[in-house]
Order: sequence, then C-alpha cells, then structure tokens
Amino acid sequence: MGIAFWIVAALTIAGSLAAVLFRNLVHCALALTVAFAGLALLFLQLDAQFAGFVQILVYVGAVAILVVFAILLTRSSETPKDGGVFSTTWLAGLVIAAAIFAVLGWALLQSLAGLAQQSATPSVTVQQIGNALMGRYVLPLEIVASLLTAALIGAVIVALHEKKQEAE
Amino acid sequence: MMTPLAGYLLVAALLFAIGLAGALTRRNAIIVLIGIELMLNAANLNLIAFWRYGPHPEALTGMMFAIFSIAVAAAEAAVGLGLVISIHRHAQTTDLDQMNRMKG
Repeated sequence: MGIAFWIVAALTIAGSLAAVLFRNLVHCALALTVAFAGLALLFLQLDAQFAGFVQILVYVGAVAILVVFAILLTRSSETPKDGGVFSTTWLAGLVIAAAIFAVLGWALLQSLAGLAQQSATPSVTVQQIGNALMGRYVLPLEIVASLLTAALIGAVIVALHEKKQEAE
Repeated sequence: MMTPLAGYLLVAALLFAIGLAGALTRRNAIIVLIGIELMLNAANLNLIAFWRYGPHPEALTGMMFAIFSIAVAAAEAAVGLGLVISIHRHAQTTDLDQMNRMKG
C-alpha cells in the first residue's frame, strides 16, 4: 500500500463527498469530475491502463459534460430559496446509506484474512483486449453497440418530445 | 495489516455509501443521477480490483465486465439526463419533493 494510493483515494473520496454536499450544482459537477479523475488514477494504479483511459474518455469527457448541459438546460444552478438542498426524508436516507456502509465494512473485515496478498503484475496489452472483444465477447459487444444507439436516440426523442407538440 | 485489495474494496464501499446517501437525501434530480453514477463507479472499482488480484487476470473477465459496465452507465446517464430535461420542461422544476403525482 503505497502513499500514492492513499493520496488518490483521499482525493476521490473528497471529490465524491463534495459532489453530493455542495449547494451550487455547478460546483457539484466540478467535484464530480475530480472524483471521476481520481477513479481513473485508481484504475491506472491497478494496472488496468485500458479501463483507466476509457474512464477518462467516457466519464471526465462525456458524462461530466452531459451533467453540465443538464444543469444549464434546467436552470437549476441557483440554490433553492425555500428550505435547504436536502429532501424532507434526508434522515432516513442517511441512515440507510450508513447501514449499507456498515454491512459492506463488516463483510470486508470478516474476509480480511482470505483476501489475496501481493500478486504479480498482469501483463495485459490492448491487443489482447481487442482480440477478446472481437472473439469471446463479440456478442455482448454487439448488444452494447445497439444499446448505446437506442439510448442516444431515445434520449434525444425524450428531451425533444414536448417541444414538438407545442409547435404543432 | 491491510492488503492492497482490502484498501481498494474499502474505498469502493465508501464511494458506494456516499453515492447512495447523495441519491437518497438530495432534492435535485441531477444530484440523484450524480449519486447513481458514483455507485456504478464504485462497482467498477470493485470489478477492476478483483480482476487485478484474482487468480487469473489473463482471462480478462473482470476487465471486460468493467468496460461493458462503463458503456451501460454512459447510456444510463444520457437517458436519465434527457428525462430530467423533459420533466423540467413539463413541470418547471427538478425538485423531487414536488414531483408527487403520476398524472401529467
């Protein structure tokens, strides 16, 4: 467990905490980007170079931009005047989240002895990943391709629908 | 003494709990989607960590699972944010406490 792991882990946790705690939504989106970048660094530390760069491309590049556009289009960057930013049932939600974390932490503590120690760095090249995607995993790849197409067309239709009716 | 795998699993558990707390306690629909994204990312971190410290990393199963999970999460984010924009146009709010009707 190097010092680099703890620095990146603290950055990721701080970014995600800020993303759900800040009052201003634009600040939340920026903190979310920090959390995604920290996760990409964690993937790189785990010798998963391809997953790390995919994380940067998809999350830091695309999902963060989508979130910023949604904030822009819904004009929700200003904090609400009435009451806080938290729901009326925030206490129940917090208790549920704390209970889930307690269960996960308990399971982790119970299995500490059985977890693997240091293992040799796996040497996985992008060529191997491409071969696996085109060979063994070709059917899931095709399904994900059609899912992405359907999701993007569906998102555009859902976001445009009301406007079309008003124009008629 | 913590093994590296335990450290990554602990970070993933914390991220999941933070995402769940955000999704359950915030009023704004966009922050709820941010919380869901954080939970999906925590699952991805678990998959990659188990792939790295598992007995057969050369089989690439955990890596493939994480890559497909990232693709599905991207589709989910696009549709979810499209729905939020659509609801905002319909109800003029993204406050989940005010969305208490199923009739339009």
